[in-house]
Amino acid sequence: MTAESAVRVVVVHPDLLGTYGDGGNGMILARRLAWRGIDVELVQSPSGSPVPEAADFYCLGGGEDGPEARSAVELAGGALNRAVEAGAAVLAVCAGFQLVGHSFAGADGSPRPGLGLIDVTTAKGDGPRAVGELVAEPVASALAGLPTLTGYENHGAVTALGPGVEPMARVRSGVGNGAGDGTEGAVSGRVFATYLHGPVLARNPALADALLGSVLGPLAPLDDSEADELRRERLAATARLRRWHRRRRP
Amino acid sequence: MSGLRTRLASRAGAGVAALSRSVGAGDGSVIGGRVSLALDPGALASLGRGHPAGLVSGTNGKTTTTRLLAAALETAGPVVTNLGGANLPPGLVTALARAGPGAMAALEVDEAYVPRVAQALSPRALCLLNLSRDQLDRINEVRMLAGRWRSAVAAMASTTVVANADDPMVAWAAGTAPQVVWVAGGLAWHLDATGCPACEGVIAFAGAGAGAGSAGGEWSCTAGCGLRRPRPEVLLDGADLVRRSEDGEERFALSVCLPGAHNRANAMMAAVTAAQMGVSLAEAARAVGAVGEVAGRYGVVRVEGAAARLILAKNPAGWMTVFDLLAPGPLAVAINARVADGRDPSWLWDVPFERLAGRTVVATGERCRDLAVRLRYAGVDHVTEADLGRAVTLAHRLRLSQDGAGGPTAAELPDRPVDVVANYTSFQALRRLGRRGGGERG
Repeated sequence: MTAESAVRVVVVHPDLLGTYGDGGNGMILARRLAWRGIDVELVQSPSGSPVPEAADFYCLGGGEDGPEARSAVELAGGALNRAVEAGAAVLAVCAGFQLVGHSFAGADGSPRPGLGLIDVTTAKGDGPRAVGELVAEPVASALAGLPTLTGYENHGAVTALGPGVEPMARVRSGVGNGAGDGTEGAVSGRVFATYLHGPVLARNPALADALLGSVLGPLAPLDDSEADELRRERLAATARLRRWHRRRRP
Repeated sequence: MSGLRTRLASRAGAGVAALSRSVGAGDGSVIGGRVSLALDPGALASLGRGHPAGLVSGTNGKTTTTRLLAAALETAGPVVTNLGGANLPPGLVTALARAGPGAMAALEVDEAYVPRVAQALSPRALCLLNLSRDQLDRINEVRMLAGRWRSAVAAMASTTVVANADDPMVAWAAGTAPQVVWVAGGLAWHLDATGCPACEGVIAFAGAGAGAGSAGGEWSCTAGCGLRRPRPEVLLDGADLVRRSEDGEERFALSVCLPGAHNRANAMMAAVTAAQMGVSLAEAARAVGAVGEVAGRYGVVRVEGAAARLILAKNPAGWMTVFDLLAPGPLAVAINARVADGRDPSWLWDVPFERLAGRTVVATGERCRDLAVRLRYAGVDHVTEADLGRAVTLAHRLRLSQDGAGGPTAAELPDRPVDVVANYTSFQALRRLGRRGGGERG
């Protein structure tokens, strides 16, 4: 097979949007395809060079405010928007989630234009930073039948969803989007956006396959027993923590 | 001389510390210091009076560099230091309360507490090693921390900052210091320094990939904000430590017992810091080179009968310095995610564990399942065993069975240690297991 027929997974700006281990998401998508015998090419696309447009999947991760703003400036040329129009899927996490929306807050708090790929708007939050385990039940139609989502959030901003997106999930424990509606993440077409780190696809292999399936159709199952054990452990730990907090409440 | 309140507060703290030791709860540094600080919030400043201090901070290498700094300062007189990694204000209070009259202080300080501690102690020297992702649940963002350092050092008129010129985060943070000595301390991990901390530009590294300890290449901001690598005054060149000045250069032999290029860099940073505190650089270089072991790092312990070499790696930058030191064959990797480790082990995905392909890894610690998933995607053969003791004996057995034929004699085998790489609290737990299992050896 030639590289042209291989499925391409692009990790966008790993040097700017890779602070919280989210580079793992691209690796996970690629390995899950390779394990199924599907030819795949994993491309790391650093800042300073154009993002390849002929790819099937794009992963954007979390990053600090300054690097996030820089990434948005570099993507303003529209490469990612054109790729999505051509049918590519996107996984956007944390800072990545914020910058695929209409606008987000720069390091100085001033609003910066995002890519407008999805109908969400992000601003600096007033409350304490949201840091900790996050558990949410998937509600987006593209994620019907998926098990509980689990991960770790670490963000100071608040994201409001517009009518053009569905929430990805409803928060059971943690903060999520933080705009008061109890939602976590957003889904619009093939763009999947979330505050979950972990990385999210390591903790939620079913989400990885839903993302892959949105472009490639149904896929053969894999042995995810180790990820299942990790999920059970994390969900149990979060449930223990919730009970502990409930007991301490007067 | 400290006031009556501080003396009473530190005596109360020492009493509680002794109680804590006697019931086996720890060495008492933290609880004793907490009591002192509760009774006298100004205890740090008053206890520090009369003790010229050298502070060491950074993401990686703090404990080692502080130990090396103490060794260098000891050539000039008595030194007090905070051993055991107690690097928050309570631990510092306990250390200073033990200081004899006129003793110098070599103190490790948690990254987030540098402004507060520096303000209280007005140190003679402040050594800033590096900044990269670690415990992000607490630190949140590396740039925020660098910004707090930058504001703090700007006000430190009586302090000389010894700063790693190879790390853009440190160079930016130290750039406001009234007095600074730039040292080429190397950079093991570039990915937290790509986004320019001064503007929203990007830092370009010439010869990227230069490891910790290698005199790093030039770097500068491509957006033209002016941030660039300061010209280092001190650097490593082969076996020598070199100090450059307008009059030329001086060379000092630096032979370091601790393994790895990163420890040569730590030794250089410590020697230069000591040189700001009245020790000659030649004397300091000799003293830091002679230190053989620091807080159990690379020490061999016996865990349930199995010999294990303990190696600390608590974040991606730390891991980058570890791969080349590993003995071939099976090993154990221990991961916890307690408060002191950072509650989020996502950083495991930034470590290129693919480099362990071909070996068997025993994944252990409280978060062994996170590691197991990471190793599966890395294509590394592994076994998961949450219990630290059982994991070490299993890894040791695997190593012996692979050494088997043609190797050392059966009588020598049990003493051949297996490598165990652990993050912060799992490392401490392994040391405790080792002490129970027959003691540490050098």
